[in-house]
Amino acid sequence: MDLGVVDLSRLQFALTALYHFLFVPLTLGMSMMLFIMEGVYVMSGREIWKTITKFWATIFGINFVLGVATGLTMEFQFGTNWSYFSHYVGDIFGAPLAIEGLMAFFLEATFVGLMFFGWEKLSKGKHLLVTFLVALGTNLSALWILIANGWMQHPVGAAFNPQTMRMEVTNFEAVIFNPVAQAKFVHTVSAGYLIASAFVFGISSIYMLRRKWMPVARRSMTVAAAFGLLAALSTVVLGDESGYTLTDNQKMKLAAIEAAWTPEPAPASLTLFGLPDVKNRTTHLAVRVPWVLGVIATRSFDKPVASIYQLVAVAQTRITSGVQAYDAVEHLKRNPDDPAARAVFAEHGRDLGYGLLLKKYVADPRRADAALIEKTAWDTVPNVPLMFWSFRIMAFTGFFFIFLFGAAFLLTSLRRHDTRWLQWLGVIAIPLPWIAIELGWILAEIGRQPWAIDGVLPTALGASSLTRPELWTTIVGFTAIYGALAVVEVGLIIRTVKKGPYTADPEPDRPPLYPNPDAGPRRGFATPSALPAE
Amino acid sequence: MHIPLDYEILRVIWWGLLGVLLIGFTLTDGFDLGVATLLPFVARTDDERRMVINTIGATWEGNQAWFILGGGAIFAAWPFVYAIAFSSFYLAMFLILAALILRPVGFKYRSKRESKGWRTTWDWALFVGGFVPALVFGVAVGNVLQGIPFRLDDDLRSFYLGSFLGLFTPFTLLCGLLSVAMVVLHGAAWLAIKAEKGVVRERACRIGTLAGGAGIALFAAGWAFVRFGGLGYKIVGAVMPFAPSNPLHTLVAKTPGAWLDNFIAHPWMLIAPVLGFAGAAAAVLGIRARREFAAIAGSSASALGIIATVGLSMFPIILPSSLDEHSSLTVWNASSSHMTLFIMLIATILLLPVVLGYTFWVFKVLWGRVDTRTILASHDYY
Repeated sequence: MDLGVVDLSRLQFALTALYHFLFVPLTLGMSMMLFIMEGVYVMSGREIWKTITKFWATIFGINFVLGVATGLTMEFQFGTNWSYFSHYVGDIFGAPLAIEGLMAFFLEATFVGLMFFGWEKLSKGKHLLVTFLVALGTNLSALWILIANGWMQHPVGAAFNPQTMRMEVTNFEAVIFNPVAQAKFVHTVSAGYLIASAFVFGISSIYMLRRKWMPVARRSMTVAAAFGLLAALSTVVLGDESGYTLTDNQKMKLAAIEAAWTPEPAPASLTLFGLPDVKNRTTHLAVRVPWVLGVIATRSFDKPVASIYQLVAVAQTRITSGVQAYDAVEHLKRNPDDPAARAVFAEHGRDLGYGLLLKKYVADPRRADAALIEKTAWDTVPNVPLMFWSFRIMAFTGFFFIFLFGAAFLLTSLRRHDTRWLQWLGVIAIPLPWIAIELGWILAEIGRQPWAIDGVLPTALGASSLTRPELWTTIVGFTAIYGALAVVEVGLIIRTVKKGPYTADPEPDRPPLYPNPDAGPRRGFATPSALPAE
Repeated sequence: MHIPLDYEILRVIWWGLLGVLLIGFTLTDGFDLGVATLLPFVARTDDERRMVINTIGATWEGNQAWFILGGGAIFAAWPFVYAIAFSSFYLAMFLILAALILRPVGFKYRSKRESKGWRTTWDWALFVGGFVPALVFGVAVGNVLQGIPFRLDDDLRSFYLGSFLGLFTPFTLLCGLLSVAMVVLHGAAWLAIKAEKGVVRERACRIGTLAGGAGIALFAAGWAFVRFGGLGYKIVGAVMPFAPSNPLHTLVAKTPGAWLDNFIAHPWMLIAPVLGFAGAAAAVLGIRARREFAAIAGSSASALGIIATVGLSMFPIILPSSLDEHSSLTVWNASSSHMTLFIMLIATILLLPVVLGYTFWVFKVLWGRVDTRTILASHDYY
């Protein structure tokens, strides 16, 4: 096994997945917002809402196609770059991906064309239904992808079959109703709604600050503020739900996020700040809030939160047991009916994955000595400082948006859209949710390391047997294409924003098209030349 | 859980569904690939090109869903095939993906700016997005028929020992060209139905006639190559349709000419190649007579026949290894578990009719020729 190949495969997956995940959350949220905006249009019958819907739909479209284009890579990358992973867990992992195609992607992809081209061909109600089906499709798509990902974090309902040398499904219901998957789904979808709200709110704020297209901007702000507040609240609350599920299923991830090296009596304290020190396995300058973590993580006052030292000790026992499972599988390869080997496998089979961790250092895990087993047990600790900081930045961003959208909701409800500090805050906040979601992805995936499938398949074993030149070719190729497309996409979105929702922008000295009774005195509006309206 | 269908039947059903997916992809996305390949040749001015793009503008995305679904369904039902085919054809797969990535953005971004350079660039991106995948898919099928140089170790990890350039042999290039001819014929038939009557449609019909003729010739040449070129593999050991999926227990040997054995043993299977030839001929005649429905029915039948010919000639083998007799993938050793095949079948029975239903409805709403005047008058079009 060439570790360079493994690292390059991981690099490519990280690049393509992080890139894909720039577009998908915006698609998730904006499709829902388009449905809300068009819903208002259909119910009120006012043309301005159609203008609003079509304007945001244009930007949605520019973003949507890049999500689709980069999704192609994701659908096939398990096979191209993670071929042993695909063999090992395809029996379970492939099913949600196939159902995603059948139930969700087909829906959004088939109706998205009609959403753009069907304005003249469909009645208002039917078009609204089409928009709804696009939104439904994108959200169902997230559900099935996260069921697949949730299974990687917490592999339920499956067992290893020595005859086929892979994991096979034993309980499909458990795979679908995996608590980790459910928590991840609601958290991720809420984050997508938040991103779309922040995006719409920010661009509307730019319009308000420049006093352009204000009828569209004000109404968009109102929708974004309300939708954003709900999204921010549920992202944070349901993120906490993800934290709760971690305690049962991914204790190590939680311990790493908290940099909890040593055990603490229940209920554990929450570390607000600190400097995790990996070398000495301790955290310097820790500022702790007593009780909070214990209460959040265990929903109790008496259950302890597992620490890194404790979990490494558990891993060490499981590796030792896994070596026996490995030995049993080697016997079963030659004689599937060997009764002794079957008995050993029945007892130790659940630790097989831990035995496989040793393959990073020795071809045959049975040759590992106690020192190597201890060293390998420490490999089960993910990158603690990265986990620690990613989580804190992500969570802080979440709380910031509760504040921002809380204020925005209050002010827009009071028809105080023209509050300058709020508009400036909205503009500055545009990139923040993207940072938070990418960090969320890093938390989920780096936090699972060294596993591809938690406790079942080490990442290093999952890669295809490729060569470094092949991997460099595709990494450079994808980077070049994706880089060029990112420049084009951002350019087109800026262009669309500058062009605005309609060309006939009322002159500043004429009465506006949609009079605004509560507009305050106008301050520092831009002259029409400041924004070329092509 | 009690599974009412036995493992052998489920495996055969999923082999059939694999064919349904490939055919679904070829019949829908096939004309998108064909139209994109034809774009620079049938349409010269910007107005003409916009008209051509808008014949597929609203539906290509849904059609491409067949490709995504194909990936997911192979993963779920044939994990060995998913793992081995895509990692073996690594750089070829990258070419296909890179070309297909250009398509969504090409459709959407082209119309966003007026400049000539911008639009010409995206026109060529669309051409690449149509031509390259069509060619490489064909080359890949040719390689499968020849046998792939991979082997499995006793952990069932696969190792590919071929090279990227090694994928291109006279036979595989012939298959690649056949695939291009097939989608170009299908795309031309689509333009005959969907494009406004005029110079673009005439050009498409002319190229379509040529593509149909080329397709017939290439399909015949491919048949001859298989017959006389010594291609073919056969299960020589025990056939175990109920055994757990493990290729190491199957013995598959290179047997020149064996790809035609099924047609000799079961002559009814010759319907497939006959459909391949007759469909293409009907499409050409339909195009010449400007009978659009005959043309598209013919090109669809031809594509269906050609794909079915490949599948039937290889059955029950799916991916033969040219290196190792104990590594080839067959219907009996490369599937998911009995339970997964059953659950996925239920999901397909429940969901596929719904998909077909709404796809049909969308095509119905968007029915009718695309004409330049409407496009120029509205902002909704590409």
